[in-house]
Amino acid sequence: MQTNQDKPKSFSGQDLYLSYGGPAIVEGLTVTIPTEEITVIIGPNGCGKSTLLKALARILIPSKGEVQINEMDIQFQSTKEVARKLGLLPQNPRSPETIIVSDLVRRGRYPHQSIFSQWSRDDEVAVTEALSLTGLNDFAERPLDELSGGQRQRVWIAMLLAQETPIMLLDEPTTHLDIAHQIEILDLLKDLTRESSRTIVMVLHDLNLAVRYAENLIAMRDGEIRISGKPTDVVTSQMIHDVFSIQAQIITDPVSGSPLCIPLPNDMKHD
Amino acid sequence: MHYLAITTPTLQRSLTVLVAILITVISVRLADKIRSRSYTFRWYKVSGRIQLKIVWLVAGTLVAIIVLLGTGLIVGDYPIPASRAIATALWDRNGEYDFIINSLRFPRIVVAILAGMCFASSGLIFQSLINNPLVSPDIIGINTGAAVLAVAILAAGGNIGYLPWAAFLGALLTAGLIYLLSWKRGVSATRLVLVGIGVNSLLGAVITFITVKYPIERVIAAARWQAGTLFGASWGDVRTLLIGLFVLLPSAFFLTNRLRILQLGDETAITVGSRIERDRLALLAVASLLAALAVSVVGPLGFVALIVPQAARLLAGSITGGVLIFTALLGGFFLLGADLIAQRLFAPVMLPAGVITATFGGPYFLYLLARYNRAN
Repeated sequence: MQTNQDKPKSFSGQDLYLSYGGPAIVEGLTVTIPTEEITVIIGPNGCGKSTLLKALARILIPSKGEVQINEMDIQFQSTKEVARKLGLLPQNPRSPETIIVSDLVRRGRYPHQSIFSQWSRDDEVAVTEALSLTGLNDFAERPLDELSGGQRQRVWIAMLLAQETPIMLLDEPTTHLDIAHQIEILDLLKDLTRESSRTIVMVLHDLNLAVRYAENLIAMRDGEIRISGKPTDVVTSQMIHDVFSIQAQIITDPVSGSPLCIPLPNDMKHD
Repeated sequence: MHYLAITTPTLQRSLTVLVAILITVISVRLADKIRSRSYTFRWYKVSGRIQLKIVWLVAGTLVAIIVLLGTGLIVGDYPIPASRAIATALWDRNGEYDFIINSLRFPRIVVAILAGMCFASSGLIFQSLINNPLVSPDIIGINTGAAVLAVAILAAGGNIGYLPWAAFLGALLTAGLIYLLSWKRGVSATRLVLVGIGVNSLLGAVITFITVKYPIERVIAAARWQAGTLFGASWGDVRTLLIGLFVLLPSAFFLTNRLRILQLGDETAITVGSRIERDRLALLAVASLLAALAVSVVGPLGFVALIVPQAARLLAGSITGGVLIFTALLGGFFLLGADLIAQRLFAPVMLPAGVITATFGGPYFLYLLARYNRAN
């Protein structure tokens, strides 16, 4: 896929203050996302990981601080221009009722279209490739609501792929999927960084999957980044305790060689 | 007299309905056959995609409208032979039927088509934008807003000449009020509907108040107007509608792409580069103007904006520019058909067209509600 043209050299959040109108969820957070790698954000519920992802995707405008691509604030770039650089798969994307799969994927081309150029050759190629990469060729003309959860998630990813952005943000892309589909989706994303050197940032709930697929791990708690770096370097039982308040033993995954976290039964009093 | 004896109104009536049903069935069948094949055109930087299915649906509806238009010219209290009726409408300005055809029937038919187009396209935009098939300008209070000012003028015995302007203004003010009341760090679709329904009942109460307060003979005129009627439609009305449609329909057409993006929800829409509040405001404005335009000419005719887009999307699928055009034409066909039935059903007593659209629309709406409830 053609994403070589304006490949970003840097992607970061600088001194971000984030809130939904109420109390601040994130205060003064600075984060640098390594390009052309998979970054996974982990942390307990309510730690601000989805909030951070929304800010990076400019859905949530920071009350202070800025999100930068190539050291330029994305707020001061045209929204379509930014949409050609970064795309997001939200946690619960909404679809219009009775929509056909290919129709939905085609809508991902919006930032590349204009009032006159509605269906260029590039559009067609991008959509065809997105559908075949996600294995949806046979479902292209089917209504979305006839598909299973896993297939539907692939459709949303296909739409994100059709957008052809060098940076892809995904908010819990594997939630509600069984283990086979979780692996399938994560393998697909991994292949994408390898083959077309994309920058991927995602929030994952499953700690072990996160550790296995992440090249860069960001662990958050209470709106702060507690630790970040290569999973093999940063995942320790101390770090798991710091972030999730659980006792865990870390062993090495015999298959992937990545750290594997085994939570220990908690003998202390529950609250 | 002799002519009347051969073709009783009953026969004419059933023929009209039969032809309309036949044409609809045929075009649906054709559309089903063609399925989702599409044609792509590219010329320098200009490119686009047309679904062949939509082309057929549009063509079919156009033919149906023309057939209904011809029928409308011929059928009436004063029977006119088909060849004479069509000749008079198209070129013969000196024939004996000139007044009936060119001053009464023809403008009324064209007004029905154009007003139907306005209502249906407005309804389609509202339904697609709010992602709810049970929403239309008449349900969220825009028609009622028009009615408040119009009824006030009629009941107070004001100048009838101001009626269309009052209705137009009323509709727009209401749309603006609903928009402002539902604003809270942006406008959400659900809030818009809820606020709209509230405003609708509030304005309904105002109308009741006016009708109770003023003398009965004036109130009757107001009640008649409120049902929505094409009685007395003139070429002046045609001109008003044409000018309005000429501006609004292309705007709506070019906004459909943005609408398709807004349908994906705010988060996805922002990430693919939509300026959501600006686009949503533009679409609401165009849809409200379309409804206001139609209401100002034919009154708050209900159900066209609600059920025609429903039927259109069932046949044609999710909104595109092509689907918008098809929906508009289907609205024209539906209102024209409804008006012809309203005129002929209890001839020589003429019903307001709104009675017919409500007769068809009411049960259909209930059916939709039932289906919607079952689905959820």
